[in-house]
Amino acid sequence: MSDAWRQRLNEWSPYAVTPLLVLAALPAMGFGPWLTLTVAGLTMGMMLFLMASGLTLIFGLMDVLNFAHAAFITLGAYVAVTVLGLIGGWAQADALGPNLAALLVALLCAAAASGALGFVFEQVIVRRVYGAPLLQILITMGALIVIEQLVIVVWGPNALPLPKPPSLRGSLLVGTSPIESYRLVALCVGLVIALLMHFVLTRTRLGLLVRAGVEDREMVEALGYHVRRLFIGVFVAGTALAGMGGMMWAQYQTLVTSQVGDSMTVLVFIILIIGGLGSVGGCFIGAILVGLTSNYIEFLSPKLALGSDILLMVLVLMWRPRGLFPVAAH
Amino acid sequence: MADGDALLRLEDVHTDIGRYRILHGVDLEVRRGRVTMLLGRNGAGKTTTLRTIMGLWHARQGRILFAGRPIEGLATPDIARLGVAYVPENMGIFGKLTVRENLLLASGPKGLAQERLERVFACFPALKTKWDAAAGLLSGGQKQMLAIGRAIVEPRQLLVVDEPTKGLSPAMVEHFIAALLALKEEQTTLLLVEQNFRVAQQMGDDVAVMDQGRIVHRGPMQALVGDEELQQRLLGLSLGAAG
Repeated sequence: MSDAWRQRLNEWSPYAVTPLLVLAALPAMGFGPWLTLTVAGLTMGMMLFLMASGLTLIFGLMDVLNFAHAAFITLGAYVAVTVLGLIGGWAQADALGPNLAALLVALLCAAAASGALGFVFEQVIVRRVYGAPLLQILITMGALIVIEQLVIVVWGPNALPLPKPPSLRGSLLVGTSPIESYRLVALCVGLVIALLMHFVLTRTRLGLLVRAGVEDREMVEALGYHVRRLFIGVFVAGTALAGMGGMMWAQYQTLVTSQVGDSMTVLVFIILIIGGLGSVGGCFIGAILVGLTSNYIEFLSPKLALGSDILLMVLVLMWRPRGLFPVAAH
Repeated sequence: MADGDALLRLEDVHTDIGRYRILHGVDLEVRRGRVTMLLGRNGAGKTTTLRTIMGLWHARQGRILFAGRPIEGLATPDIARLGVAYVPENMGIFGKLTVRENLLLASGPKGLAQERLERVFACFPALKTKWDAAAGLLSGGQKQMLAIGRAIVEPRQLLVVDEPTKGLSPAMVEHFIAALLALKEEQTTLLLVEQNFRVAQQMGDDVAVMDQGRIVHRGPMQALVGDEELQQRLLGLSLGAAG
């Protein structure tokens, strides 16, 4: 086999992991549970992708390890509670149209609030610690605590209910397999956003700059582009996506606590590592892998479920120590 | 050298990397429409000089004038936008992007101009056949073609190239010499770092030799080519040995 073919095989083989996992799970559980769990895993993967994709770009482009990312997830969830409360007529109507419209408004508000806070956060805090990883960890961890406490001040310390809209509470039957309606909506929303991101990253000059910047920031600057300005935009978009992910996840859980972001942090970092730092495509596949694996393992071997994500990460890193699709050269 | 001819001038430039001072008062002049070779042993400070010109490392002291304008305080993108193209030693190719996307990044807001693109293809025909291939899959020589092609896909006032022939096969080196000589005939101003003296003497109009962070010799290339003792003293080689 020539070197070029070996290199191509090496590049493309990670794409086969997800289909192989899905196919391998089928004989182990039978078609009915397999379909339900596959849809559940894909949905969870989409929500995780929303939360993680911004973080991977932020790290890839500027080497910034933002441990406060969880705060933007939390903020998105709480904003959803407020917005869905304000438009309760739509959210609790017995019709699909108003229900979906309410979700869309909540999603956009969550994105706007998290993005706006992300802008302030970048300008006030992150820009002071470029190139200083230890300070980044300290200051973003500190900011995470402060933002979470502020959330408690504004929304109170108690968990808040976030009931699903009536038309999204039930399940659809596909054959004998029940598929939750909300999961289908979340799956569609995640897919649309992922496709939009894919379009921006692969079909626009802005996306080209982001991809190039993740690979070699210095060279992009030497070509005449201010990566610093680009990064502000990426940071805002990344935090807005985190807010969207937080909103979708909270709605799925039907309960919001100030720890909602924290509880996702480990998963988000596992996805970044599995996918390869800086790679949005890797993040997408990593998120789906994590979603599917945790659903399959929870069904097949509940005792293993607690450690399934770590186990998955270990296996991936043993195969590809820099993740499935490493981009960032750091 | 007439002052009015200088496109780029470094005056007493000092650069630190971390706690270490690498450049100790570099004085250098690159004249318009000429090829200036920057030579010196490993660790002499050649790459640091280029990076300081580009603003990738900032001069701690001294002045850098480009077309008469001080640029030592400017950010790298602003220096590039003045018309300075830079090809680093590692070529700076975006391996995940295609050849087309690599060139597109270096083009203006209107995209790739066909006329400029034809010029790039005339110098490096291999780029045309690899147009949609990921740049990371190119050979070393093809990557260098792409790096130089990217630097000339838009009109630039100055090309700063760090070791364009490093690690290339002899046939590929000849190809690059021909391409760079074609640029020279078009009166492109070039500042090249080169370890291979045989290559340097074929291309250079002027030469500056560095040692321990300083320029220790400046003048016409022909003067250095004709003085083997000077070569031996400055570069530790003679033309016969280098050739």
